[in-house]
Amino acid sequence: MKVNSAGERLYNGIVKENPTFVLMLGMCPTLAITTSAVNGLGMGLTTMVVLALSNLIISLLRNIIPNRVRIPAFIVIIASFVTAVQLLLEAYIPFLNKALGMYIPLIVVNCIILGRAESYAYSNTPLPSFFDGVGMGVGFTFALTCIGAVRELLGAGELFGFELLPDSFEPIRIFGQAPGAFFVLAALVALQNYIKNARKKAGKPYEKIGSGCTEDCMNCSDTNCGKRFYDTADTAGTKKQLQETGKAQDKAAATETIDGKKGEK
Amino acid sequence: MGELYKVSSNPHIRSRSTTSGLMLAVIIALMPAAGYGVYNFGIRALAVILVTIASTVLTEFLLGKFVFQKMTITDLSSVVTGLLLALNLPVAIPLWMAALGGVFAVLVVKMLFGGLGQNFMNPALAGRCFLLLSFPTAMTAFDCDTYTGATPLAALKAGEQVNVLDMFLGHTAGTIGETSVVALLAGACFLLLLGVIDLRIPGSYIVSFVLFTAIFGGHGFAPDYLAAQLSGGGLILGAFFMATDYVTRPITIKGQYIFGIFLGLMTGIFRIFGPGAEGVSYAIILGNLIVPLIEKYTQPVAFGIRKGGIRREK
Repeated sequence: MKVNSAGERLYNGIVKENPTFVLMLGMCPTLAITTSAVNGLGMGLTTMVVLALSNLIISLLRNIIPNRVRIPAFIVIIASFVTAVQLLLEAYIPFLNKALGMYIPLIVVNCIILGRAESYAYSNTPLPSFFDGVGMGVGFTFALTCIGAVRELLGAGELFGFELLPDSFEPIRIFGQAPGAFFVLAALVALQNYIKNARKKAGKPYEKIGSGCTEDCMNCSDTNCGKRFYDTADTAGTKKQLQETGKAQDKAAATETIDGKKGEK
Repeated sequence: MGELYKVSSNPHIRSRSTTSGLMLAVIIALMPAAGYGVYNFGIRALAVILVTIASTVLTEFLLGKFVFQKMTITDLSSVVTGLLLALNLPVAIPLWMAALGGVFAVLVVKMLFGGLGQNFMNPALAGRCFLLLSFPTAMTAFDCDTYTGATPLAALKAGEQVNVLDMFLGHTAGTIGETSVVALLAGACFLLLLGVIDLRIPGSYIVSFVLFTAIFGGHGFAPDYLAAQLSGGGLILGAFFMATDYVTRPITIKGQYIFGIFLGLMTGIFRIFGPGAEGVSYAIILGNLIVPLIEKYTQPVAFGIRKGGIRREK
């Protein structure tokens, strides 16, 4: 698949860099809101809308937003979309708004959205950025719905509100509570890793993660992740500029340390 | 000088005690309590015990065979886990729940963290808390053929009179293994005599609990009340058999006293200020979680090193 094409971005968000199972981002809503499949689905879709739109806008504004104030700028854009989405939910899907409660405003600080803005949208063209947001959002929705479904099935014997298991099944209530979220998340991540390893053994590995670092996001110690960008011709200018800023900052930091040592002596 | 000294790498002093030997001692020490439980609650108690042990051993067997490629059931630790878990269950619990608790204890709490010696909390107690959170009704239904009504601790909390002698002998409602203080103390004495456990943790646990209850319990040092609090619930079982678990207690001696005092305070807080009547299992699990912290701050200073770190060369 061609890098940065719409299809590649969707595949990347759903499978290769699934935000929940691979990147381990957005853990707060993942653990807190997935008490049922419907909640997971609702949260995922809400996040997806915000993610796709904020990616698009940030990508459009990427040459205007100064590097130094980019995080506040991102937050303002994201917060605007979250407010809009919340008002829409309140008006048209009030039950979901009630179920998700506090977690809708908290989408503003969801690290998936900020992460994608920082690592993708800020250095790529609008269309791939939009599809990157959609892909990540679908991956997030898929993960949350899976976790919610397992928790709802075990913790209440239902699926999407329909009773599936017979009455003789005693619900294991812990799966509806916080510890259950951790158990299910861990089990699903383990399953996902198992499938990946099995495919690798069979000689059909998933492609390396597109971010350009190692393929193992969980054990990545690369602190310069934010400075690393996708190799695309149209963003070369931004990339160069950013790298220079990064270098300048490093230099400034180095001088400071030297000065500090001198002061001690 | 024709003799050559045999040079080997350390350790040079080896203890004869083995994991399976220690576990066997614990199993024997728990026999009086288990036996009394079966006598007190009837044959169903035996069924619960056997099912729980079977589930823990089978879980470890299957994991050893298919996942870890290393068979560890011969160290008997899973038998101890199963037995302790069963003694912490009410007799009327559905057998599949007991089995599920056993699977959880061994699979999630012990084996996934790396097997015996790596588990960060007591598997049996974690299994009990898992069941308590999952099936609150079944886990607190102490009605059975022999007894109806509340456990002595619940009655005590409600302000009713309790018979302390009955509680001491074990002639009350409760979980299978916790009721008889006599049987538990007999087992504990056996372990103390063998040197498997010592009095540091149980002693500091019980003393601090008694002091806390006397100060905050609202009955002062009234002997009846204190004796009932001591003999009721899982305090003795927890103090002698579960808080002293080698894996989940602090290694340092000072740390063991701190650990015991912490458990006493937590149990007191849970029992007096908490919504339920009992809090031993949660107290011990919480205690297990702060063990790394305790060990960090009670690390003895090595010979030749000043307190506060290695001396710096100027």
